[in-house]
Amino acid sequence: MNAALRTQVGQLARRSVLRTMRQPGQIVPALIFPLFLLAVNSGGLKSATDLPGFPTDSYLTFALAVPFMQGALFSVMNAGTDLARDIETGFLNRLALTPLRGAALLSGLLAGAVVLGVVQGMVYLSVGLIAGAELAAGAGGALVLVVLSVSVTVAFGTLGLFAALRTGSGEAVQGLFPLFFVLLFLSSMSLPLSLLQTDWFHAVASANPVSYLLQAFRSLLIEGWNLGDLALGFAIAAAIGTIGMYAATRTLKTRLVRT
Amino acid sequence: MTRKIALAVAWRSIHNFLSNPAFLAPGILFPLFFFTAFAGGLSAISNTPGFEFPSGYTAFQFVFVLLQSAAFGGVFTGFGIARDFETGFARRYLLAASDRRGIVAGYALAALVRSLITWTILTAVALVAGMEVGGEGVELVGLYGLAILVNATATMWAAGVAMRVRSIQGGPLMQFPVFLILFLAPVYVPLSLLSGWIHAVASVNPVTALLESGRGFISGDPTAVALAFAIGATLPVLFALWARGGLKRAEAAG
Amino acid sequence: MENKAGQRAGIEAEGLVREFKNGPRAVDGIDLLVPPGEIYGFLGPNGAGKSTTVLMLTTLLPPTAGSARVAGFDIVREGGKVRSAIGAALQEAALDPLLTGREHMRLQTALHGIPKAERTERSDELLARVGLSEAADRKVGGYSGGMKRRLDLALALAHRPRILFLDEPTTGLDIQSRTALWDEVAGLAKEGVTVFLTTQYLEEADALADRVGIIDHGTIVAEGTPAELKAEIGRPTVEAVPHDEGEQQRVAEALRPFGDRCGATHRGGASVRLEGGESQLADVVRALDAAGISIEQLQLHAPSLDDVFLAKTGRSLEGAGEDAEGEPGSEEMEAVGAS
Repeated sequence: MNAALRTQVGQLARRSVLRTMRQPGQIVPALIFPLFLLAVNSGGLKSATDLPGFPTDSYLTFALAVPFMQGALFSVMNAGTDLARDIETGFLNRLALTPLRGAALLSGLLAGAVVLGVVQGMVYLSVGLIAGAELAAGAGGALVLVVLSVSVTVAFGTLGLFAALRTGSGEAVQGLFPLFFVLLFLSSMSLPLSLLQTDWFHAVASANPVSYLLQAFRSLLIEGWNLGDLALGFAIAAAIGTIGMYAATRTLKTRLVRT
Repeated sequence: MTRKIALAVAWRSIHNFLSNPAFLAPGILFPLFFFTAFAGGLSAISNTPGFEFPSGYTAFQFVFVLLQSAAFGGVFTGFGIARDFETGFARRYLLAASDRRGIVAGYALAALVRSLITWTILTAVALVAGMEVGGEGVELVGLYGLAILVNATATMWAAGVAMRVRSIQGGPLMQFPVFLILFLAPVYVPLSLLSGWIHAVASVNPVTALLESGRGFISGDPTAVALAFAIGATLPVLFALWARGGLKRAEAAG
Repeated sequence: MENKAGQRAGIEAEGLVREFKNGPRAVDGIDLLVPPGEIYGFLGPNGAGKSTTVLMLTTLLPPTAGSARVAGFDIVREGGKVRSAIGAALQEAALDPLLTGREHMRLQTALHGIPKAERTERSDELLARVGLSEAADRKVGGYSGGMKRRLDLALALAHRPRILFLDEPTTGLDIQSRTALWDEVAGLAKEGVTVFLTTQYLEEADALADRVGIIDHGTIVAEGTPAELKAEIGRPTVEAVPHDEGEQQRVAEALRPFGDRCGATHRGGASVRLEGGESQLADVVRALDAAGISIEQLQLHAPSLDDVFLAKTGRSLEGAGEDAEGEPGSEEMEAVGAS
């Protein structure tokens, strides 16, 4: 990476982080809402651990994976609405008039998602452990969990960037929330895949990549070091991120029209 | 005169959401989705030791989703009221209506009509999905009666907020408490299978009585009917006073 | 076109066209020649094609046909070089409300490759120049409209561009802010910066521009210095309103020798376009006095750029924008010829 590109990425990353930190309205719901649902669901579905085949005695430990995925949803919205706002206000045109490269713009924008991923990962894990959740993989697993959180947050952030570039509208990006919300629900969010009785639901959840991302988090919490599940989770995050970044880069060419 | 004003206000709201599917769709799609996700995804919960519900898990969740949609129908109406104030349209109502209580009544009537549409679709889908209904005519009337009372309560709550804030920024304030009170109730399993803090909270949550009674109606085993209707009848009255306070604030603001 | 140092500079355009998919031809064959150091005013109503022209010249929108060179570089083939030589303050102030003024400057100077050691000095210099030193560490979300425009200008100057594009820079500003911005633009021109300024305000073009191009429906309908354009149209008009409305005919007869009769006015007077210009005013007064007509009001109307627009297009510039279609927004930038 040459010096100019490093400067561009660095400056935009700095801006992205500053913007994230200066919008408590973006951070606080992303922390509080998932933790609230964790509290409610772990209390309300405690009896699910009595089902034969449930992987753990602690529903809290099982459910702790879910806030990480909900946090990723917020990343889609935050990254997407920030970029959409830049498009709507003409700030993107301002950037277009500088020597800024498209790849630097996208990479820099994701810096905010990285920060959010770290903060979310640490908060969810800390609160979960304080509330009595288990972490079978130990201290090393905690680090990997946060890294996985960042990977997932960034991956979904690229989807938000693509949505913003495609639509150019913050409202349209917000309108995607239900879609991702549905994606989360039609997964092994509340029960493991093996305990989903309804045939069609089981089929959809089995094909849903979110189920495997949840399983990657759960493997660290419940089992310890299940490298297969972990590798699959990271691979899916990487795949989503790659596809999202590719789509965003292509769409950026039409949005950042420059001769 | 109040009735005429209410009908006029209701007509406009109903006309708006019938001619703009984008307004109606979320109120229908979200409950359908929740019903699908809960009844479909969590059906194994009915195998939990101690879970005894004669009509099956689909009917168990149907009641929650019905009441949830009733509550959120009221909240969405609150959004519409807030939008009307923000755009200045509500001032038109305030200027024209001789009895302004009719305005709030009109919004409430529209909320009910919207909810009736949602419940019709939701019920049809649930029946097609094989929901077992143990209750008979009067019991089912009781179930939908509870839903109407929940809808009225939520509408009055949201209207009160909307008329105080007079901006769509008040949306989260309308939504979050409703979401909170719904989910701090026996959503996934009966009260008897909850334990710990959630059991303590759910035990004092008025929604619990409404839920348990509704589930009793659908399974043909009416439960805590008097308590549920006492709560169900009191809450709309209390929140109507809240809404009236909001109307006074809006009038004072001009 | 070359400047004294032998460097090609200024703005040249030949047959510039921009079509949008399923839409109008926003720019329909524009020729321009703006020499270095000139303030060129691009005047026209809303929807005339001003902003679209600016977007093309600043390389943010490829032309459908025609060519242009800015600062000596082709806008299509040498876009990067054009961008390094120009600064632009576009129609929207395009600022980030969460960043401070200083943070904006830091970002802009860094992206333009200004060495780290110079960025702070350059930022401070420009912020002081536009009068934002005190507000520099406040978030832009709290700035007034005038402050935002000034910061916009400072950002456009960050990398010392030779050519500055200003797209309606004073729209929405109060008179004080507008005047301050005019002073700044005039100062830049004195320093040798070429300024391409679009505006819908007659007085702005009149006050600032060395030359004015009047655009309507995507084509330039008139071009020249403000004085040349006005002189082309005319001569001043004098209007005389008698105390007694019944004297209107006599007023008209008294004015007839001085030029073409413009006709009765709605205020019960008569007006005439003076053949000999303003110098005939004294003779007009003597003629009216000799005729024994008691005059309530005597007004001299100098021709304005609006008169020029009216003569060329049949419409008044003020209010013409309400008839025109708005210029296409960014969603229509996926269009014919876009690459």
